Amino acid sequence: MSKPSSPIDYGAYPDARGHFGQFGGRFVSETLISALDELQAMYARLKDDPEFLAAFDYDLAHYVGRPSPLYLAERLTAEAGGARIWLKREDLNHTGAHKVNNTVGQALLAKHSGKSRVIAETGAGQHGVATATVAARLGLKCAVYMGAEDVKRQSPNVYRMKLLGAEVIPVESGSKTLKDAMNEAMRDWVTNVDDTFYIIGTVAGPHPYPQLVRDFNSVIGREARRQSLEEFGQLPDALVACVGGGSNAIGLFHPFLGDESVKMYGVEAGGDGLETGRHAAPLNDGVPGVLHGNRTYLMEDEDGQIIETHSVSAGLDYPGVGPEHAWLKDIGRVDYVTANDDEALAAFRTLTRSEGIIPALESSHAVAYGLKLAASMSPEQNIVVNLSGRGDKDIFTVAAIDGIEV
Amino acid sequence: MTQQQNRIDRRFARLRSEGRKALVTYIVAGDGGLENTVDLMHQLVASGSDLIELGVPFSDPMAEGPVIQKGHERALANKASLRKCLALVKEFRSKDADTPVILMGYDNPIERMGAEAFADGLQEAGADGALTVDLPAEEAGPLNEMLEARNLRNIFLLTPTTSDERIAEITRLASGFVYYVSLKGVTGAGHLDLDSVRENLARIRRHTDLPLCVGFGIKDGASAKSVSADGDGAVVGSVLVSAVAEATDGAAAKDRIGAIVSEMRTALDS
Repeated sequence: MSKPSSPIDYGAYPDARGHFGQFGGRFVSETLISALDELQAMYARLKDDPEFLAAFDYDLAHYVGRPSPLYLAERLTAEAGGARIWLKREDLNHTGAHKVNNTVGQALLAKHSGKSRVIAETGAGQHGVATATVAARLGLKCAVYMGAEDVKRQSPNVYRMKLLGAEVIPVESGSKTLKDAMNEAMRDWVTNVDDTFYIIGTVAGPHPYPQLVRDFNSVIGREARRQSLEEFGQLPDALVACVGGGSNAIGLFHPFLGDESVKMYGVEAGGDGLETGRHAAPLNDGVPGVLHGNRTYLMEDEDGQIIETHSVSAGLDYPGVGPEHAWLKDIGRVDYVTANDDEALAAFRTLTRSEGIIPALESSHAVAYGLKLAASMSPEQNIVVNLSGRGDKDIFTVAAIDGIEV
Repeated sequence: MTQQQNRIDRRFARLRSEGRKALVTYIVAGDGGLENTVDLMHQLVASGSDLIELGVPFSDPMAEGPVIQKGHERALANKASLRKCLALVKEFRSKDADTPVILMGYDNPIERMGAEAFADGLQEAGADGALTVDLPAEEAGPLNEMLEARNLRNIFLLTPTTSDERIAEITRLASGFVYYVSLKGVTGAGHLDLDSVRENLARIRRHTDLPLCVGFGIKDGASAKSVSADGDGAVVGSVLVSAVAEATDGAAAKDRIGAIVSEMRTALDS
């Protein structure tokens, strides 16, 4: 698809009804509409309010530990043998991933709403931990829905959430992964809408969530833009980020969307390989449909039933993707590619050994594609790879693949 | 309304003239075996159901409680689909020309089929309308046009949280009847608040003359009778889906749902 001829004002999206082109919107049962209207009105009031923004910036600086560094990975660059690879170190945030940028922001909204309880869905557990963390800090009750399969494969994060005082509710319905956790969180919200604030962890869900989760994570891209100019005196030639729901990717990409010279690559989970059908890459191999409150690309069968996805990384194991990504794909602004399980695992090991940084398996997909991309570029060019989270939570998964009991 | 009456309108007109309340019954297509669904539908009618909501199974039924979720899962395991639901309605219609049938489900299977093909399919099968849980008024425009053009009804949900402004907007698009969700929660929940139902039905009544049916949290004849006192009918789903789940075969399922519906019919008419 070709790029549009006139420049797009990316800041003007979504429109008033939450649409990014044909994507996004609000596809929920009627009970939730008033809660979404209330959230939208509150966010519209606060998003440019200097006091609110100052409180958000303060928390990012003093609680999260921002700005996160932009780190020149010299030995990784040498491994690839091409463009310089810079890592945006979201793994150094409090709680170990970019997810906390959003939960700090939504916690401020929850506080403004006066609701006493927060709920969240989680896949890998990073968003659950980040939600439990801010709930502990604000003294809010917290329940986290997590697919029963993910509870098994991400046990350290389950325990972390419990330590933080959250109730972790294993979800046994459907495929017992992230999508089912999101269904269950929506059901909770419908039931407890009067006193409960739903902290969605990714740029999906009904409007205004894709917008506000993007806005809270855009601190990643704003910092990366400034840091690029400081560190190497120009904008990067390319950005690379992994895409499950797509919150770390949109956070990095959004502040650069108007910079035409900056190429962007969103890396979906290729699982066993696109050709096997066992993957989690709706932008590469899905069709537009409606799930979890928005229209977007989905993995589904010919009857419109959502199908099970596969990825070694629980955080990417999701059959949908944020609607803004669906739109950016269709207008050709961002290239969406894949990295398979084995490529991600290889990148996990390469980064660990070459830089002393253990990446999350999610982020390892971005590293895998970044290595490939760098090799095809020249040494004076610069790539920023979003290292969205650290891999401590994944060592059991990797050990099991290696046949080692930890 | 300039459209000619369809089965739904005729049924509610008749009930109104008889001073009776509507009993709307829900089962999931394919739950208990695809081969048994049409028999179950006929049993619902024989036992006193006025209108059938045939649930179209979906992999991610976000608004359903555990009972109906499991019904969707069983139906999908039996290879039910939107296409097969339409075939079931057609089969039902060959022996029942009067009882209105609507398909109740989620938007994605309709998106996949295409709104126009779906509306054509409803018309061809002899269905009378659709209720799409996750398609609120602001996204319903295209499907609404397709349904209207074929004299099919679009049933909308109203809830305790729906503002007066939205009630006005939704009732402009709604046709057939309005489904009032009696509580904040998922299907099968138990905390029915009759005072709130009464207040909200009065609030809705100021905006529309459409029949108002009340669902969610209705378990037996007594609860059906009390919620429909201020409306035009009651919708029952989870108890029927439970009964189908507990039955060992098609005949047992027929007996069980027959008994439940008869008891409700008797209570509503008493």
